[in-house]
Amino acid sequence: MSGREDFAVNLASRHARGDRWRLMFMLSTLLAIVFLGALILTIVDDAFGYVVMVDEVDQRSLVPDGERLESLDAEALRAVIDERLSPRRYRAIERERPFDERTAADLYDIVLYEIVKPRVAETYTLFESLFARRSIVEETTLAHPDGELVFRSWVNMRFLSTSQTARPLTTGVLTAVKGSILTISITILFSFPVGIAAAIWLEEYAGDNRLNRFIQVNIYNLAGVPSIIYGMLGLAIFVRGLERFTSGSAFGASTSGEVANGRTILSAGLTLAILILPVIIINAQEAIRAIPGSLRQSSLAVGATKWQTIWHQVLPASFDRILTGAVLAVSRAIGETAPLVVVGASTFLTQDPTGVFSKFTTLPIQIYQWTSRPQAEFRHIAAAAIVVLLALMLSLNAFAIFTRNRLRRQKRFG
Amino acid sequence: MRLFKKSAPEANRLEATIGSGDSGQALEAKSLSIFYGEFEAVKRLSIGFERKKVTALIGPSGCGKSTALRAFNRMNELIRGVRTEGEVSFRGVNVYDPDVDAVQVRRWIGMVFQKPNPFSKSIYENIAWGARINGYQGDFDELVENSLKQVALWDEVKDKLKESAYALSGGQQQRLCIARAVALKPEILLMDEPTSALDPISTAKIESLLDDLKKRYTIIIVTHNMQQAGRVSDKTGFMLLGELVEYSDTKELFFNPKDPRTENYISGRFG
Repeated sequence: MSGREDFAVNLASRHARGDRWRLMFMLSTLLAIVFLGALILTIVDDAFGYVVMVDEVDQRSLVPDGERLESLDAEALRAVIDERLSPRRYRAIERERPFDERTAADLYDIVLYEIVKPRVAETYTLFESLFARRSIVEETTLAHPDGELVFRSWVNMRFLSTSQTARPLTTGVLTAVKGSILTISITILFSFPVGIAAAIWLEEYAGDNRLNRFIQVNIYNLAGVPSIIYGMLGLAIFVRGLERFTSGSAFGASTSGEVANGRTILSAGLTLAILILPVIIINAQEAIRAIPGSLRQSSLAVGATKWQTIWHQVLPASFDRILTGAVLAVSRAIGETAPLVVVGASTFLTQDPTGVFSKFTTLPIQIYQWTSRPQAEFRHIAAAAIVVLLALMLSLNAFAIFTRNRLRRQKRFG
Repeated sequence: MRLFKKSAPEANRLEATIGSGDSGQALEAKSLSIFYGEFEAVKRLSIGFERKKVTALIGPSGCGKSTALRAFNRMNELIRGVRTEGEVSFRGVNVYDPDVDAVQVRRWIGMVFQKPNPFSKSIYENIAWGARINGYQGDFDELVENSLKQVALWDEVKDKLKESAYALSGGQQQRLCIARAVALKPEILLMDEPTSALDPISTAKIESLLDDLKKRYTIIIVTHNMQQAGRVSDKTGFMLLGELVEYSDTKELFFNPKDPRTENYISGRFG
């Protein structure tokens, strides 16, 4: 019997099977990209588009003929305010900050939003604005003859730089952005050192005994616990148990009248920190485990102690991976909503947080709150806030990738 | 006299005691047994190594020669489940005494591994780091140059000391690893099949180095290459199944083996 007869000639079918699998892999990737694209498109679709603005008071009735409200100087604006603003609002605004100290831009805002009171009568999505412009114009002239059709980017400088207010045209995302950044800073400050230290202990020091295996298994389990349960934990430990510390009263911090109890940025940050701690530990362990034993041996062979080996050899060689894992975990924490609701995020907060003992709201919570409002404008505002959240997350990731690449270069040549 | 007390080791105190130990042997194993769990990989090995000589340990795979070598500077302790019995005497002290610090042992008994494993640092730092963490007081530039010259690598790398050690070829990396070990001015160099991952030219370079290095250091080399053992060593020990079968001058062992098992092995009948 010759070798030829022993082996069936099935090369064609082997290749065909491989090609089918290849196609499936490609389709899966494609599907993921399609979903991602759809996500971005829906957000962008809502974040930009035509709006029909209707002024409650005609701007032309406020200014002399031939002039525009935008071009008035402070004095003229003051005159308009003195004449048209209701006494009650006048006193309220004066109490916030005297009119005499306000700039022209400030006064213009007051005239616009307190007297002219523009209102969004109709909103359109980006695609409607791009592809059905003519029918939008027709519709507007029919339904809102005195309305003005303008293209509005719901993400704009005003939106980015003002605190939250109740009205869609004047509201801003700054309160939530500050809350998110402060919260995530606490999370990073706590979870990075603790997580990496725990990973070093588990990988380099802990022996292979029953207790340590039990700990290891439970860290894996903890990584899978639903986030809302961490919210309950945070509520019990940080908000209630450690209220004296998380409210700042133990450190003599006064929260300037607002009653935050333990429902502060500190509590929120720590809750998110324990939420991502298992993930950071596991990722850091993987990174440390990936360092070949030969590196440790060569270090010990030149008379390094165990600690010198870890500090000078193992950690520098694995730090880029540790960092990548940790930042991915933080990206998850930035988007977390459920545990913060339980911990006690404020749903409507007009005062920016001033420190870690302030009441807080974060971007996801703010988005959730805006999407549940009935007015159509808030749908677009929520979309704008989502753009901000994504930008924040992407810049964090970009920073991490940049740092990692720098560390890699140092690692190679340091 | 406790040479390696954990609390003691100022450099000058150690230097002062060099050579004041016993004569003759640089290192001596006394009925050294090493277990991997229940398996006895090295069986009551007793062997002495002469100063400033190259001693080769040969034997088929799994005979325990590498395990024995790694026991001499307590590298075996890093492997889980390894148990060591018996004594390894260095300068009159058993390195396995409870109050001897393994870190000090490894500082005086250097090691070169099978695969080149430089640190992920620059060429310069690869050599300077070990000296620095051991509190070297002298001039580092001089130390680096001197160490690289000892392994005949200086002329090849003197213009790129700041570059990564990984930019070097495998053979250069291995010579760098030897330089790294000699930078600590050890007494003994343990080499665990140092050329098995290298091409013939790199191997020849390292072999020719050993002749120079043995003027300063006692070298113990494990190899599965009998020709290499014949070329480089003054004395050779043949190990089989964890036992030292025969140990004598290299020429004697290769041309006039006393034990039939040695003769079988060197004539290629097994292994």
